[in-house]
Amino acid sequence: MLARFFDSDFFYSFRRNPVAMVSAAVVFMIIVSAVFSPWLAPHNPFDLASLNLLDSFKPPFFQADGELSYPLGTDDQGRDVLSAIMYGTRISLTVGVLAIAFAMVVGIGLGLLAGYAGGAVDALLMRIVDVQLSFPAILIALLVDGIARAALPREFHDRIQLWVLVVAIGIAQWPQFARTVRGSTMVERGREYVMAARVIGIPSVRIMLSHILPNVLGPVLVIATLNLGLAVLSEATLSFLGVGLPPTQPSLGTLIRIGNDFLFSGEWWVTIFPGLTLAVMVLSINLLGDWLRDALNPRLR
Amino acid sequence: MFAFILSRLFQAVPVLLVVGAIAFTMFAYVGDPVTIMLGQDYTMAQREMLVHQLGLDQPFFVQYLNYLWAALHGNFGVSYRLARPVGALILERLPATIELSMTAAFLAVAVGVPLGVYTGIKRNSLGSRLIMIFSLIGVSLPTFLIGILLILFFAVLLGWLPSFGRGDVIRMAHWSTGFLTLSGLRSLILPAITLGLFQMTLIMRLVRAEMMEVLRSDYIKFARARGLTDRAINFGHALKNTLVPVITIIGLNIGGLIAFSIVTETVFQWPGMGLLLVQSIGVADIPVMSAYLQLIALLFVGINLVVDLLYYAVDPRLRLGKR
Repeated sequence: MLARFFDSDFFYSFRRNPVAMVSAAVVFMIIVSAVFSPWLAPHNPFDLASLNLLDSFKPPFFQADGELSYPLGTDDQGRDVLSAIMYGTRISLTVGVLAIAFAMVVGIGLGLLAGYAGGAVDALLMRIVDVQLSFPAILIALLVDGIARAALPREFHDRIQLWVLVVAIGIAQWPQFARTVRGSTMVERGREYVMAARVIGIPSVRIMLSHILPNVLGPVLVIATLNLGLAVLSEATLSFLGVGLPPTQPSLGTLIRIGNDFLFSGEWWVTIFPGLTLAVMVLSINLLGDWLRDALNPRLR
Repeated sequence: MFAFILSRLFQAVPVLLVVGAIAFTMFAYVGDPVTIMLGQDYTMAQREMLVHQLGLDQPFFVQYLNYLWAALHGNFGVSYRLARPVGALILERLPATIELSMTAAFLAVAVGVPLGVYTGIKRNSLGSRLIMIFSLIGVSLPTFLIGILLILFFAVLLGWLPSFGRGDVIRMAHWSTGFLTLSGLRSLILPAITLGLFQMTLIMRLVRAEMMEVLRSDYIKFARARGLTDRAINFGHALKNTLVPVITIIGLNIGGLIAFSIVTETVFQWPGMGLLLVQSIGVADIPVMSAYLQLIALLFVGINLVVDLLYYAVDPRLRLGKR
């Protein structure tokens, strides 16, 4: 299995593309440092006992007053910026991945339904997709988040804010999945294997899920990668605007918003380092997605 | 032509009605305005009277129509947070957002198109390569980070430009403008760059791709064979034909500009509609949110309609295909 993978065209095109290899390495490093942050991070930013206000606003190590034990400096409460970034990336990625998973499930489900059923169902669903795609995703996520904030009791809302964001960003992104899956499903529906399955009386739901679905997943993978960057950015933007994750669960966006207050007093590192991490992460995911799109497109080979 | 406009209008109306229904549902069912208005002590009779006065005992559909009718007259209710009519609040903030978005759009076109032409013609020069790398960074940096970096350099470190607000504005009837004062113009620079940068890189990349495509075509080769000057070929023949998709993208992206002005306005504390929306979402101020939703929907449907018409006017193939 593994040998087959290393021998494939896919892996060959990966090895021939330095940009893809570098971005894959960066994404891999960021994921590892995010997932294992409790073990890898030099400090625990959530352990209040270990915080010391005397350590606050230490500059990064390359400046005169910097210390190597706080390589990227500390914030107003003496939290290590590097550790906060590692924990923050973990939260950002969690929201991004879950949001994409949510958008994928909804988008694939409705896309299969629209493509397979056709007729009025198809027309209605695609009309909704058209309308939603003409509005920017961030605006939709913002409004869904706002409605949830108004509809749920405050305390309950604060507790499930992460899930609210997942749903808000997911709702903003499902149409792309639906449109793509619908297109490929319409092609597959006319194929002989589907007709054969129909003739022997397999129920429609099963034909959609176990026969058509595996054949339409290729393009979905590309969209998922490209949209992961967008989802992470959406979460960061919402958190930056102050309607995302609260300071008790700081994602990269929350860190940037908190650090923004100290920009004018000269403590630039509190906001710039989380910002750069976000930018590098999104750039690498996007480059990887671009490469994946080209590698999986047989016309470009 | 007339039938085309009509069919587009018929498609737009249901969209607006559905968005109106969502806005109304939010307005009517999220939170309980009666409890908020009555305060702590009240009798059931008082409550029922208020419910009757507000028309909340009427059927859903009647309430919805009343709501739409009021919205059409600019009456969107009263903000919970600021206790003022939402219509007036938004009208007050509108000029700031429009001036910011229009300046950003102007900047994006004025810089993006020439850069796109340059990188399209001199594809392999050092300048083009640098511009392309710069544009890749422009695409992947989030808007708010660009704003923060600009503030850090030009406001904090260099102290050249103000970092927040609109500066002095001059009021003219219902419109307040920052274009006519020096501090207004200075305050506009950083937010406009922040908002326009993404659109600029987008326009530049599009113009570049289109230029490269057009320059390969036969009629350009023929023009060269005729011995026309480079200038006449590049600007008279090639650029003109690249503009059709560019116009469409610019039109469609005005919506994106307004959406991202929410972020830019928050970074620079720019007193526009976007800042109003973010502050309202933070405290669940439903009337402002539903009014904003409807205005944005109207704006987007309007923009899409205009872009469709523009496409129809610019591309002769579309006109012929319809017959």
